[in-house]
This record gives sequence, C-alpha cells and structure tokens, in this order.
Amino acid sequence: MSKTPLLDQLESGPWPSFVTDLKRMAAKKPQVKDLLAQLERSYQEKITHWKHGGIVGVLGYGSGIIGRYSDLAETFPGVEHFHTMRINQPSGWFYTTKALRGLCDIWDKHGSGLLNMHGATGDIIFLGTRTENLEPCFAELTANGWDLGGSGSTFRSPSCCLGPARCEWACYDTMEACYVLTQEMQFDMHRPSYPYKYKLKFSGCPNDCVAAVARADLSIIGVWKDDIRIDQAAVKAYAGGELKPRGGATPYAKLDIKADVTDLCPTHCMSYDGKKLAIDNRNCNHCMHCINLMPQALRPGTETGATLLLGSHAPILEGAQLSWVIQPFIVMESPYDEFKELNVRITEWWAEHGKNRERIGELILRLGMREFLEAAELPPAPQQVRIPRANPFFFWQQSDFDAEAKGRKYYTREGFDVE
Amino acid sequence: MALSKAELVEHIYKMVEAASGKRQLKASDLWKAVLKEHSELDKKDVQTAIKELIDGGRCVYTYFGGSYVELPRVEAAAKKG
Repeated sequence: MSKTPLLDQLESGPWPSFVTDLKRMAAKKPQVKDLLAQLERSYQEKITHWKHGGIVGVLGYGSGIIGRYSDLAETFPGVEHFHTMRINQPSGWFYTTKALRGLCDIWDKHGSGLLNMHGATGDIIFLGTRTENLEPCFAELTANGWDLGGSGSTFRSPSCCLGPARCEWACYDTMEACYVLTQEMQFDMHRPSYPYKYKLKFSGCPNDCVAAVARADLSIIGVWKDDIRIDQAAVKAYAGGELKPRGGATPYAKLDIKADVTDLCPTHCMSYDGKKLAIDNRNCNHCMHCINLMPQALRPGTETGATLLLGSHAPILEGAQLSWVIQPFIVMESPYDEFKELNVRITEWWAEHGKNRERIGELILRLGMREFLEAAELPPAPQQVRIPRANPFFFWQQSDFDAEAKGRKYYTREGFDVE
Repeated sequence: MALSKAELVEHIYKMVEAASGKRQLKASDLWKAVLKEHSELDKKDVQTAIKELIDGGRCVYTYFGGSYVELPRVEAAAKKG
C-alpha cells in the first residue's frame, strides 16, 4: 500500500501534479522523501508542521532567505531545516539553457533540488535547504552572476513583461527600466528599511501582461500620448475577413467591426461607417481592445511613455485593491532620473509616516491622496480620480480658505501652487 | 554634539542592545530616534551605521511579520521539537 494515499489523489486529475514531481525527486534526494511524508501527515491531521524561521539569512543581507523548520524533526530529519531562497530573476525571465543548468546544478549541490519558476513576485524560488548550506549556496550563486531577491520589509525584486524584446506594443523598454531600477535599489532590496514590502512592476502597454495594476505597489504601465495609428486598408481587410481577428488567436474567422470593436469601446470614442474607422482620441482611455482585435490595422501612437499607478495590494481583511493613477504620463527613457527621483519621494514619505506593516496604498487611504500628492510633488490631474462621481464630498480645511485668500488654488504647502 | 561615525555605530548598537528582549526595532525606528536626538545627521548616516553593524555580525536582520534589527541569537524555531 502507498505511504502517501492522500497525496496520491492529487496525481489523479488531468493536470500536472507537484506530487509526481516530488516523488521523482525523492528517488535521489532523501529530504524530499521526508517532505512527502510530512505533507501526508499534515493532510491527515489538517495542520501544518512547518515552523517559521525569522533569523536565518546570509551575512549582510536582511532578505532573500525565508526560514522554515519542521516541528517533526525527530520523525522527518530530512526536513528539519527547509529554508527557501529567493533568487533575483533576469528581466523578462529570459535565460540561456546554460544559465538554467547552472542554477539547477547549484541547487542540486546545496539544496533539495526543488524549485519554482517563478514565485508570485517573479523571483526564482529554491525550496528547501539547511542553515549551514545557505552561505556556500549564496557564494556559488554570486560567483556565477546571480543574487538574492527581496523579502521582508524591503524593495522586492522588480519584474517586467518582455517588452520590446518580443512585443510590438511596448511603449518603453520595460526590461531596461526593470534592470536599471534593480541596480539602483540594491541597498533597499537587501537591507530592510521600509514599513513593509514595496513592489514595482513594469508593463510595456495597457494590456499589462505582468498584472502590475493588481500586484505592484507602484505599477509602471506603458501608454501613448498621441493618436492611435490607423491603417484604413487593413481595417477593410479585417471587415472583409481577409485578416483574422487577434492575429488568428480566436475561433472567429471574420470581424464585425461595429459589433466587435466600436460598440464594445468602453468610452464609445470610435465609429465605423462601413468604409472608414474614426477614433476620437481625446476620449480614448487606452484600453487596447481595438488594437488587440485588429493588430495589423491599429497601433499605439508614437509619443510613448508610461502611466504611473500606486497602491495595489491584497490585504486579507479588506480584499484586493487595484493601483490608481498618480501620474498620467511620464517619459521612460534611460537614465530614468525623473522616475527614480519620484520613487525616492514616494518611499521617503512612506518610510516617514507608514506604520509597521502598512503598505503605501494603505497609507494614502489613511492620510489622503492630497497629502501624498504634496509630498510626492505631483500636480493634481483628472486621471487621479479613482472612482468618478462615487464620493461627492470634499472636506475643506481652514488652510484651504487661508490659501485661497492668498491667491493659491489647491495646495496648502507653500511654494507648491498649481494654477 | 556631533557624533563621529564610530560613535554613531556604538550609539545604535546600544539602542538595539537596550531593546533586546523588550521591543523589536525596525531600521526606521532607529533612524527616527537618532535623528530626533542628532539633527545634524541624516538618514543615510544611520543606514550606513546599521550596515556596518550587520556586516560585522554584531546585529542581524530578523523577520517576524516585519523586518527588524536585533542582536544575533539562536531562534526558538531552530530547536528540535
């Protein structure tokens, strides 16, 4: 009879099973045998047998290692220590096979051989090693050009979509921006100095393939400022069925431009008279629906950059929250000084005022967008209204009346007036 | 009176030592407390001093829901049972 009857059930479905992977690895790694046995026991008893380790790490770093110990170390000695290491991934998750083999060899030598490609933040996750193996593993990783990623109250390893490397819609070089910010923020990534975690994600266009709007404290989403470029001949070809919608990635052979494109435009800024497609670009909200359906007819404009959004996180009690716009447009070009300086102002304000375990988005909800904008030196913009018309109330303060009497318009801070 | 770099390192170490077993201090608790007493310093000075303590092994970063600067110790979870 199998020693893991409950785990075996997880192999019975139509999908790949981590249990199958673990069993394969258990043949050469005794600690994985103990891992399976402990997990089976947890399933029987309906409790975890992991203990949290908060001190293990490598010298000089306060992040990148997540301590785990077993509370059944006598029974399952192979998982007495089972720490996780987070390895900073390359921009866009591009690897050579040589690099992947190198990583696997290092982990086979120093750990359980189990890894995740990739964790939710984007790092490579090495699962399961002993405390005494951490330093040698780290030394070998760094000798081969790798580094640990972020964990704890730090700047987390930023991630990005593959951008212009493979995507014609990228409005800026996401991989370069991600790499530059990774280098810029090394101190904050490895040495916890924030109230809580802080994540950056770079998406090249509003399709937001890395889901920056939902998963990053600061989301950098590519966008264009001018008009969508239209090839009217290609529009006709889509209407006539000569070109397949979505580059062929749909079961539909032919596009009904009115029903499928213009009627579904969220701002109704498009019209099609059977011959010509027209777009009122001033009212376009850059949702990408039309461009996604007709990629050979429509393209983003040429004046490109990014929209910055802040505050997404998923706290257990309040539920998931999306980022909202703080800067409608920023040019994202090397050396990214404007972005770096804004990022510093944001984190400085948060570090100064944030409570323990309070994310930047929660701090803004507590102190108000107005205070944040003043600290970040960002002018108010209509795009910052998160939920238009949902809350008609604005609480004026005495300082507003005083400021108005002095001729100032919006801000209470001296020297930061906006017409 | 202005603190030298070495004095600042010792000052921070003493703060961490005094809090040991009573209260966990975050890096931001340390720089806020130091800057309150020594306005001539800036945050970077304190961060550099913390770095020196960590790199020298006199203090360690810990994580218990948040990240803290503490004196090195064997954690309870590492013990068997």
